[in-house]
Amino acid sequence: MLVLTIEVLVKGIIVISLLMLAAAYMTFMERVVMARMQLRLGPNRVGPFGLLQPIADGIKLLSKESFQPANADIFTYWLAPGISLFTALFVFVVIPFGGTVTVFGHQVALRIADVNAGIVFLLAFSSLAVYGVVLAGWSSNDRYSLLGGLRGTAQMISYEIPMGISILTVILSAGTLNLTEIVEAQRTHWFIWTNPISFIIYMITMFAETNRAPFDLPEAEQELTGGYHTEYGGMKFAIFFLGEYVNMLAVSAIAVTLFFGGWLGPWDIPILWFVVKVFLFIFFFMWVRATMPRFRYGQLMDFGWKVLVPLATINLLVTAYFILVVK
Amino acid sequence: MRKTISKVASMIYGLFIVLKYAFKRPITLRYPEQKRKLAARFRGRHYLTKWEDGLERCVGCELCAIVCPAQAIYVKPAANEPDDMHSHGERYASDFQINMIRCIYCGYCEEACPTGAIILSNEYELSATTREELIFTKDKLTEKYPGESGRDPRREI
Repeated sequence: MLVLTIEVLVKGIIVISLLMLAAAYMTFMERVVMARMQLRLGPNRVGPFGLLQPIADGIKLLSKESFQPANADIFTYWLAPGISLFTALFVFVVIPFGGTVTVFGHQVALRIADVNAGIVFLLAFSSLAVYGVVLAGWSSNDRYSLLGGLRGTAQMISYEIPMGISILTVILSAGTLNLTEIVEAQRTHWFIWTNPISFIIYMITMFAETNRAPFDLPEAEQELTGGYHTEYGGMKFAIFFLGEYVNMLAVSAIAVTLFFGGWLGPWDIPILWFVVKVFLFIFFFMWVRATMPRFRYGQLMDFGWKVLVPLATINLLVTAYFILVVK
Repeated sequence: MRKTISKVASMIYGLFIVLKYAFKRPITLRYPEQKRKLAARFRGRHYLTKWEDGLERCVGCELCAIVCPAQAIYVKPAANEPDDMHSHGERYASDFQINMIRCIYCGYCEEACPTGAIILSNEYELSATTREELIFTKDKLTEKYPGESGRDPRREI
């Protein structure tokens, strides 16, 4: 029991620190990728190739003045960034990074917890993420924040439904809720080949869930100055930022686990394939951000309720038919 | 339906256009290390040029100060003594100041000058920490040796 506890703690600490590092360098990567797509160079002054830029940014944010707006709801104002980051990090508890490896003659499973209803857990925590946005918007006592928070809530709730339904088809195909078993079920063929429409729906909703372009309405700079984090500065803002990037990693990891065979790949290298696949997804996020303009609020709602929800439902029915009748 | 498909297709096509640009050469100039190649007649800071024999071209006529639309030039003329010749004329500029903050780099002074003494060079990096540093006095403006500014010291004007 003690050994198990220590193992989980060590894995948790390693995963959290790696995620923080990855999120910090994703900000750098995003700036470079966006710059290259716009024929610019991006940050290249701090350290070799600008590689120390995230550290410089961190120092800058840490040394900023700590302020809070007048008449803010102090408790929720300070709690909201924490919720954002916490829910994003929590998803990684159930994501399997690899099979089992032997470390110092000890069998270690490359996942923090093997939850038998992993997918339900994932959906629950990605729904909770909306609290960070809405509480930040409400407690700041600012009209821009409130508008951003409301938009975020509406968007995340309406895109949760097609996301959940598209994930249901994967559950149907795999016949299990356990993420490790879902990955193992993809040994012969990835689920993207059997459920391509689910994947497309999931991919669209994953942009909306993370509030990324083209669905970055909650923080639309041009209309809402900063959206729900207008009144946040310094490290509080940085935590929102980290939360957004960890959330990107989380939805990419879920997509890789559900549709791209998780850690499976040619040769049996423990974590490599998982990291490579997630990295490609992250690049896709940045690529789309450099290309697509923002949706209007009405278009967003139209698309979510009139296109994605019916499409996902039909897709679920068709998948269920194939599973029940054809198999 | 066909319209929707063409819309989605154009979105995907757009993605690949953007990706194509990622492999092009960035057009950014890394400024302090790389500098833009300027046109030969680019108007930068002023120089008071010299003749080939080392005497100053400026004869203290003050035409540049008169023509200057920003009134950035101050010239204090003085008479040349036979044993202390500064220029080929009767007079020379004993003091010559240009306020580089007021100057609009129009080049009228260069056009007005009868001896081709004042010219605008290609140097544009004129930054300083105080206003006083940007009032260029005669010792700063005059060429250290004939031809320092890049103009041929043997030219007529």
